[in-house]
Amino acid sequence: MMTEKELIIIGGGPAGLCAANSAAESGVKVLILERSPRLGGQLIKQTHKFFGSEKTYAKTRGFDIAKLLIDDVLNLSDNIEILCDATVVGLYPNHEITVYQKGIYQKYKAKSIIVATGASEKFLAFENNDLPGIYGAGAVQTLMNLYGVIPGQSIVMVGSGNIGLIVSYQLIQAGVKVKALVEAAPKIGGYLVHASKLRRLGVPIYTSTTIKRAIGKESVEQVETISLNEKWEMVPGTEQIIDVDAICISVGLSPLHQLLSMANVEMKYVNELGGMVPIVTEEHETSYKNLFVAGDVIGIEEASSAIIEGYLVGLIASKRLGKSHPNYETLIQAYHDQLTNLRSGPFGAKTRIGLAKLRGENHA
Amino acid sequence: MLDKTGIALPEQVLSRFPKKEFLAKAKAIIECYQDIPCNPCQTSCPFGAILIGDDINVQPKLIVEKCTGCGICVTSCPGLAIMLAKTEVDKAVFKIPYELLPVPKKNEVWRAVNRAGEVIGDALIDSVQSIPKQDKTYLVTVKTDLNLLYDFITIRSKDHE
Repeated sequence: MMTEKELIIIGGGPAGLCAANSAAESGVKVLILERSPRLGGQLIKQTHKFFGSEKTYAKTRGFDIAKLLIDDVLNLSDNIEILCDATVVGLYPNHEITVYQKGIYQKYKAKSIIVATGASEKFLAFENNDLPGIYGAGAVQTLMNLYGVIPGQSIVMVGSGNIGLIVSYQLIQAGVKVKALVEAAPKIGGYLVHASKLRRLGVPIYTSTTIKRAIGKESVEQVETISLNEKWEMVPGTEQIIDVDAICISVGLSPLHQLLSMANVEMKYVNELGGMVPIVTEEHETSYKNLFVAGDVIGIEEASSAIIEGYLVGLIASKRLGKSHPNYETLIQAYHDQLTNLRSGPFGAKTRIGLAKLRGENHA
Repeated sequence: MLDKTGIALPEQVLSRFPKKEFLAKAKAIIECYQDIPCNPCQTSCPFGAILIGDDINVQPKLIVEKCTGCGICVTSCPGLAIMLAKTEVDKAVFKIPYELLPVPKKNEVWRAVNRAGEVIGDALIDSVQSIPKQDKTYLVTVKTDLNLLYDFITIRSKDHE
């Protein structure tokens, strides 16, 4: 049986929730499909206060931002229907979606779709990287911040992006000894204020250093690190052995593009955006009409950007359905300005270059 | 250096301290050395003493005459990059943000720690404040010897060494 819907949003993280909010306020009937048991995406594991401006909930802790965004959606329950534990397993070019929920497959058809699937973690190849005790940063956050379980007593963090830095701090807050943070690049990748916070708590930060192998019989007992030269080659003789019972890998994210690829949407590999991303118009519409994207699936950024993109794309998709938000023009302008502002500094360079590459191809 | 180790250089730190005569009263020391998109320090200051402007990718500037030493910015900065400093006869008095357990208690003596994470002396806990607006970031007032003024950054429990 096929259930028909006006707008389906795939993903109930910050981008999906904000898109639902905008669309519902525009008078559109929305269905949110979320594969995990609860809404909020990665925000629900974020215990730190957020950066950015007041408009994107700066200085509010991540899980509290999730509560605010979820409450906004629940308050619009006349127009928003939510399915959790509902994994979209098929997205087809005629706006049809197959959903797997609690042992049952269901089919939906929508007039419009917003894909806000977010991102997945990259992993790293090294000897023994399948030993128990080796985690991705997302798993560490799930264990600690959702379930109150620490991943080990002592740990080495691999990767100095904001996630690696923030999760290291959260590990210390949870009582885990962070013995070192290693970064293959010559410089710290994330915000230096996060790095300074770790350093003053006694965590050594080794740049131009990577993990060579994990050592242990049943699980991780030691980690071997090694320095890299300017050609990113391992320098023999610089190995260091550190006793740990856990290793955390935080080496970046990739857009979760698989559903879009499945629907045969035009895609492009853009390194600066994190991997395969859909080619989109200025309105965030893919090559397939009334299929929009918002958030990390169109390029890895901070949650603040996903929030604004969500609001923005929710408005656009609704207008296309013939339902314009009463303040459409003003809001669109405001969200564009906020995105430009967030991306205008040195930390926005990657996104700026990536989007230019993506659009260059689009206009070619 | 800072972008390899996480440790600010002495001249960077000094550039964020006002002239000594201002430090008879507590002033905000803002250690944000990078243009990141963030502005809660500016929007939280009730006295307009912290300036970033409309482009939030700019490092904050303290207008030292306007700073009253209230400490609101200290617990508003998501990067925990602001503290207050003031000098007394032979003591330096700081208000720092703190988010670890155990929570320090008044009159305890903790370790004074520098930006490299090394113990540099003792820190007497003078007060510990946690009001709802601080959202679980404690504001801890500590006293150290005056000669630690430019080196002190945080405290460490003696039981956690």
